[in-house]
Amino acid sequence: MSRLEQAVRASGELKLIPYFMAGHPNPKKSLDVGKRLAATGVAALEIGVPHSDPLADGPVIQKAGQTALAHGMTVAACLELAGEVAKEGTPVVLMSYINPILAYDPRKFAAEAAQAGVAGVIVPDLPVEEAEPVAGWLRSAALDTVFMVAPTTSPARMAAICERSSGFVYCVTLTGITGARKELPQGLKQLVGEVRKHTGLPVAAGFGISRPDHMQTLRGVADAAVVGSAIVAEIDAGKDPSVLVKSLLKACR
Amino acid sequence: MRGRFGPFGGQYVPETLMGALQELEDAWHEAKADPQFQLELAGHRHAFVGRPTPLYAATRLGEHFGGAHIHLKREDLCHTGAHKLNNAVGQALLALRMGKTRVIAETGAGQHGVAVATVSARFGLDCVVYMGTEDMRRQSMNVRRMKLLGADVREVESGSKTLKDATSEAIRDWVTNVRDTHYIIGSVVGPHPYPELVRDLQRVIGDEAREQYLFADGKLPDAVVACVGGGSNAIGMFTAFLEDKDVMLVGVEAAGAGIKSGQHAASLVGGRPGVLHGAYSYLLQDGDGQVLPTHSISAGLDYPGVGPEHAFLRDSERVEYVAVTDKDAVGAFKLCTRLEGIMPALEPSHALHHAGVLAKQFGPGGRILVCLSGRGDKDMDSVESY
Repeated sequence: MSRLEQAVRASGELKLIPYFMAGHPNPKKSLDVGKRLAATGVAALEIGVPHSDPLADGPVIQKAGQTALAHGMTVAACLELAGEVAKEGTPVVLMSYINPILAYDPRKFAAEAAQAGVAGVIVPDLPVEEAEPVAGWLRSAALDTVFMVAPTTSPARMAAICERSSGFVYCVTLTGITGARKELPQGLKQLVGEVRKHTGLPVAAGFGISRPDHMQTLRGVADAAVVGSAIVAEIDAGKDPSVLVKSLLKACR
Repeated sequence: MRGRFGPFGGQYVPETLMGALQELEDAWHEAKADPQFQLELAGHRHAFVGRPTPLYAATRLGEHFGGAHIHLKREDLCHTGAHKLNNAVGQALLALRMGKTRVIAETGAGQHGVAVATVSARFGLDCVVYMGTEDMRRQSMNVRRMKLLGADVREVESGSKTLKDATSEAIRDWVTNVRDTHYIIGSVVGPHPYPELVRDLQRVIGDEAREQYLFADGKLPDAVVACVGGGSNAIGMFTAFLEDKDVMLVGVEAAGAGIKSGQHAASLVGGRPGVLHGAYSYLLQDGDGQVLPTHSISAGLDYPGVGPEHAFLRDSERVEYVAVTDKDAVGAFKLCTRLEGIMPALEPSHALHHAGVLAKQFGPGGRILVCLSGRGDKDMDSVESY
């Protein structure tokens, strides 16, 4: 069992995985954000690699990515930042669209991410059909490959996705892009239940999750919750996101 | 490999869309094999689109180019003024077949947006068109047409505010509304099966033109030239000629202010392979895989990517790709308007300029077929203020 898998598996309480964008609001402050979030006791951290054309992201994360790029954030700098944050001891998962990885050279990316102490990688525009050879290179570097399941995923695809995942399976809770929603979608419990039929891996729920009452709903359903846009919005407003993260953590218990 | 042209193509999209892409592929394969569907499509092509479009001998232009025989495939005479309607009609019928009640589209020059708004009016579909604010400014007439046709035109303010960003926004809409919505993509770009589907619907251009050319001239042209943004009119034109090894095929990209200036939209001439909008193809990107801003006077060519089949045709050397500047395109626009009484869109004006270059290379008697993919009324402001 990988370190990531162990960290995000629910153990009486729901686990929390906050997301922030590397280089947002600027490279120096985002390192500070990473260290602060690691100190809150969250199960793992998801660090976004900025991309010019993030197809799965809503306006909050799009804007954060553009800000990071405007500050000259590069893939190399993201790997460096991830390494610094990983030193704090909390497992780090990198979330990057496929093109920055391809441009960097996937083998080099895998080797350097592993060397930096990164635990796993999520590529939101890499469905299982397109995963090889990149996923193989990530696995060879002992990185976990986290694939996504969506409400529109057929049972046959779900089996293939779970088979190729390691660390955890990322369950996209809603049909849509990232961004805080008031209410969690209906059918979430059934969706996670479906995923569990195909895997013993922990299941993390993400997209739209932003509030303490969402944590309470997810307890006993998912192993972990990924919170992205709500945290990025706090960072964007110049606030310390660990305040929100602490209140979310409280609701996880 | 399924959905690939050599190494190019694929389906690099969020998981949420994978089911819809499969549904679309299945629906298209069924429809293609269904004589009833083909009959219906042929009927709409004839009475609504206005096909077959004529093949026209541009004799005065040919004379100007030093005695070449220039023929124009008149896609500008399609209803709504461009080849885009060929694809929009087919995909609207497909949307109805799949039981989708809402269609969405991206548009750059506005010609695809107008085509989708038009078929939505014709077939009673709800229609949303995404368009960058920069393009809305320079193609305001088409924005008005879309609104009159009942489409909801949504401004896209992100990134470069042009076709690339409108396409990203349309894909995000599709990710959200995939259950009741069909995305009518406007070019041979995007994830599989789109490059294949749009090619199948556009190949009517070349199929007609090849037959018309043989009928008129008794033999095939020396060269076939078409402009390439995403590349749908070019694929539509080239497909019929791919096996005719003696026919030179040339795709013309937008060199903007010049390739060396960095301000251009020539992904095959000046880019390298990467992933944009769900497909692996040539792409204008920086060393870190971030997509670069583009420039072309022609909104329809102002796109950093290109269809994956073009990438394959480039690397296999079956098609030659060149780039023509804003300045030369504007020159060809004016030339064709004055000499032939035909005002071409700025997009095919790039191809017209290169036809002149080829005419000089071939010498007198050179036989060149150009895809005149659309009419130029929409570009009058851009040309006058250039």
